[in-house]
Amino acid sequence: MRCSLKLLVPAMILAAPLAALAAAPNYNVGTPLSQQEIQGFDRIIGPEGKELPPGRGTSKEGAEIFAKRCEVCHGKNGQNGIVRRLVVGSPGKPYRGNFYGSEANGPSYYPYPTIAWDYINRAMPASNPGSLKPDEVYALVAFLYYQNGIINENDVMDAKTLPKVEMPNKNGFVPAKPVYPIDPKQPSWY
Amino acid sequence: MDSNGSGRRRFLKQTAAMAGAGLAGSAVWSGKGQSAETQAPPQAGHVHNEPPRRGARYTIDHMTHYTPLQDYAGIITPASLHFMQQHSSELPEIDADQHRLTVHGMVDRPLSFSMDDLKRLPSVSRVHFVECHANSSPGIHDADDPNMGLPVQFIHGMASCSEWSGVPLSVLLNMAGVQKEASWLVSEGGDAGKFTHTLPLAKAMDDVFVAYNQNGEPLRREQGYPIRLLVPGWEGPFNVKYLKHIKVVDQPYMTWNESMNHSVPRPDLGGKSRWYHFQWGPKSVITRPSAGMEMRRGYVQITGLAWSGAGMVKKVDISIDGGRNWKEAKLQGPIHSKAHTRFTFDWAWDGQEAELQSRCTDETGDIQPSLAELSKHWDTPLEEWRKANKPRAIHFNAIQPWKVARDGRITDAMFS
Repeated sequence: MRCSLKLLVPAMILAAPLAALAAAPNYNVGTPLSQQEIQGFDRIIGPEGKELPPGRGTSKEGAEIFAKRCEVCHGKNGQNGIVRRLVVGSPGKPYRGNFYGSEANGPSYYPYPTIAWDYINRAMPASNPGSLKPDEVYALVAFLYYQNGIINENDVMDAKTLPKVEMPNKNGFVPAKPVYPIDPKQPSWY
Repeated sequence: MDSNGSGRRRFLKQTAAMAGAGLAGSAVWSGKGQSAETQAPPQAGHVHNEPPRRGARYTIDHMTHYTPLQDYAGIITPASLHFMQQHSSELPEIDADQHRLTVHGMVDRPLSFSMDDLKRLPSVSRVHFVECHANSSPGIHDADDPNMGLPVQFIHGMASCSEWSGVPLSVLLNMAGVQKEASWLVSEGGDAGKFTHTLPLAKAMDDVFVAYNQNGEPLRREQGYPIRLLVPGWEGPFNVKYLKHIKVVDQPYMTWNESMNHSVPRPDLGGKSRWYHFQWGPKSVITRPSAGMEMRRGYVQITGLAWSGAGMVKKVDISIDGGRNWKEAKLQGPIHSKAHTRFTFDWAWDGQEAELQSRCTDETGDIQPSLAELSKHWDTPLEEWRKANKPRAIHFNAIQPWKVARDGRITDAMFS
């Protein structure tokens, strides 16, 4: 097939902006977010606790806050409440399983030490989620971890110490591999 | 403390009133079925002259609606009958004009989108099922609460199927510019409990979308108004409602709901829990006739729904003798990928005892397991599941048997 340069060059010039449109269309929507704006709403804490804010708390401080803000639903010392049982094991004696029943409701089951902090901070208390200050959340986590036998009574929880807490069930989960795409040979009950 | 207490009382009062009044405030059906007296599950032959009605269960920290699978035909669940599993005691009231979706974390250009922004972007409409990870679980088979409806409704009715419309998540992520070290994202809802779930980035870039419409109309409050994530074929918790924040990260976050509510220890894993299940396997259930209905001699059309998270349904087999012999059912179009598929099977009942089962095979060749097969794979003896206090199980897709007695009564034979 013959193709004259006279025709080809204008065709290439025309094609160029079309190709650009296909690669990265300018939809002209969306508002850029500043780092300051992101800090205002980004509260999710990851497994390594990199996003943890400054603050500190101990189990003694946590016991007082728990009695005021949490006991109404979770029961005295996290037992026999109308919702989630938060304590299995006891001070000095962490619970290591099994987790087939309500034992899996509290932090003794969680794989990472930061999970309880993240959830309490964003979602608790249910009547006024997000109203606890970082010091209060650190104290509540210290209280729950002490009651569950995960830390000692006088351990201080802060952004440095919390991610290092050794969780009793940290090896209790089997990751799914490969993540995506799902292996078509993998049975649905795997 | 006082305000906590009165808030809880108000909630309990409110939900008791809602349950007692047959959800009169939000039900779209008028006339019959609205009073407390008619809340009991309709008995034999109820499917005539009764409006479909969702079952409901409310607890201090959960609100659940069950789709009345026995009462509708075809494959589309009306928005009013779609199941709901709300992990809090009230539905959020969100002003769509003020609502913003943020995409941040490991991206080059963190962005915020208004509802108007989202609707100006390329849209898709697709038919997909959404199913709670705990649907059909062993424990729910023993539920004996008339507010929850017929067995097929409360056992399997946390699965529904609608046409969802929205913007592909890949469009938003590409605009924000995902950094190459990123591999997962965390989605957070704007509800009181800040429902949060992690999603592998590869799935997010494939077929996930941010839905703003269901069956043509804007999402209802129960379904995440104004926007929710739609993650085709995967377990319910991935489909975060009231979607507010998407944070792009480099590892699974295993937040509270994911690590606690959505994992269950298994004997075959040495008492450890599977860390995410992702995709639903092949599944099916005969919706009519099913437990609580009455069989009549002569012609019976057996009908039900089949689906798979892996793609399209290829085949549904029917057994009337408890799984010994199988015959292929008719699939009724349209057949969509990762969507409910209607099947029918013409049969004549001779008045003898029978056990009806359906078995789904999906396009990957994966076959729905029997309870005995699941029991073997999960190293959980059948006797354990026959106890009153059954072991917890999620991601449950065992074949559902319905037993037909000589007098025509139909009962749930999964664990008997």
